[in-house]
Amino acid sequence: MSRAAFVISLVIVAATVARAADIPLDQRRSDSDFVSADTRAMQNDDTANPAMLVVLDGETLWNTKAGATNKSCADCHGDAEKSMKGVAARYPAFASELGRPVDLEQQINLSRVTDQKAEALAFESKDLLALTAYIARQSRGMPVAVKGDAVSKPFIDAGRAIFEQRQGQLDLSCAQCHDDNWGKKLAGNPVPQAMSNGYPIYRLEWQEVGSLQRRLRNCMSGMRAEPYDFGAPELVDLEYFLMWRARGLAMESPAVRP
Amino acid sequence: MARALVHVPANAKKGDVIEIKTLISHIMETGYRIGITGQPIPRDIIDDFVCTYNGEEVFRAKLYPAIAANPYISFFTVATESGTLAFSWTDQHGATQVQTAAITVE
Amino acid sequence: MDRDRSRRQILQAAALAAGGALLRLSIRPAAATPEMMKDAVRAVIGEAPVKKGKVKLDLPPLVENGNSVPCTVSVESPMTAADHVKAIHIFNEKNPQPNVIGVKLGPRAGRAGFSTRIRLADSQTVTAIAELSDGSFWSDDIDVIVTLAACVEEPKP
Repeated sequence: MSRAAFVISLVIVAATVARAADIPLDQRRSDSDFVSADTRAMQNDDTANPAMLVVLDGETLWNTKAGATNKSCADCHGDAEKSMKGVAARYPAFASELGRPVDLEQQINLSRVTDQKAEALAFESKDLLALTAYIARQSRGMPVAVKGDAVSKPFIDAGRAIFEQRQGQLDLSCAQCHDDNWGKKLAGNPVPQAMSNGYPIYRLEWQEVGSLQRRLRNCMSGMRAEPYDFGAPELVDLEYFLMWRARGLAMESPAVRP
Repeated sequence: MARALVHVPANAKKGDVIEIKTLISHIMETGYRIGITGQPIPRDIIDDFVCTYNGEEVFRAKLYPAIAANPYISFFTVATESGTLAFSWTDQHGATQVQTAAITVE
Repeated sequence: MDRDRSRRQILQAAALAAGGALLRLSIRPAAATPEMMKDAVRAVIGEAPVKKGKVKLDLPPLVENGNSVPCTVSVESPMTAADHVKAIHIFNEKNPQPNVIGVKLGPRAGRAGFSTRIRLADSQTVTAIAELSDGSFWSDDIDVIVTLAACVEEPKP
């Protein structure tokens, strides 16, 4: 598809999914615009970014045989630098075998269970984070390109509803901070737009790498709301909405965030 | 074995001052954080880092709990001759890990 | 209506107080004092006088997250066999422990300095002290403001 046609198709679909309160497309900025110059430098230096250590672990796992088939990811997918290029930028994506979208972590587990005949990796486990980070790294620099087509729209809309819903004891919605008040300061730190183009991230607060789902659960705890469980469909819907909201921004995985 | 990354320029001119960057995966548990039991989580840190250049020590650091998790240390050394730089991290229990990098000096 | 509103206010206040208490338990152990820092400095460098100068300590004045603060020290020195920096030490005054790092150098360094990332538990003064080959000590210090992350997660089980 030509670039012009792609852009036009994005605009047509976006017109049906976008709303008035959304940040205008040309005003959207990555969260890295709101972090310190030091943190940006840390993200962009492969020897200074601790997430790169996790990426290396992921590369090892990619080449490690697993499951009843005794095959590694590489045995089917070959060199990840080629085969996984652009993949993370397209997740979450609709999985026809499940009739609903899955995020990258769930897709990795689907492949492990279905194709390698191996056990699924636990959410936030060292191994799953490593594989996710390694795969996501292969999309660095590429535009977020999740599908906003007819089959995905109900899930993106469900994710939007969660984003816009006031919740928790603080009775706040994600949108109130991240759509309406981005750029303003909260406890000395600027409020970012919450663009999810860098996951999994090395978060300084965690002192380790974590997934978008972990970050979303943190936000919900921070708002004194009961967080959804890891892998809950609500979280995946919210991830899908967030990635659709970040469409076109360059992937930064694995990013560094405060 | 903790994962480590070192960056040493592959080539240098004799006499150049080169920058070396090092990063190692380690929780650097301070010993001051309270765990879910209400008791402090025991200290577990790397406390010694040494760089040798063809066997001769060129940099040494004693680390304390105030060094952030996944310790990053960058420093300088004079490119004197071709050979091997060896980096070793030792934790408070005495366990050491070594990583090496080659350099060609004209 | 009024009863609902005051009930909500109480819940909000309780939630904020509970959240604040959680914060204190998991993040604020006993702090060091400026006195402890002075003792730690003496333990490392002895009774020699410390002069301000030659040393440049680089820290962001407003820290994004106290868990990981980029820290760079550089010392003016020709780094020759006759005139070089032997050691650089960093101290803090409000962490539970006053020492941060102690670096040993020699003429082979070429340049006296290093970068690392440190932890700072609170807004405080951080001090770098360099020991020169002639036995003199030089220092620099920086005042740093540390804020906490705005939305605090519960500790990972």
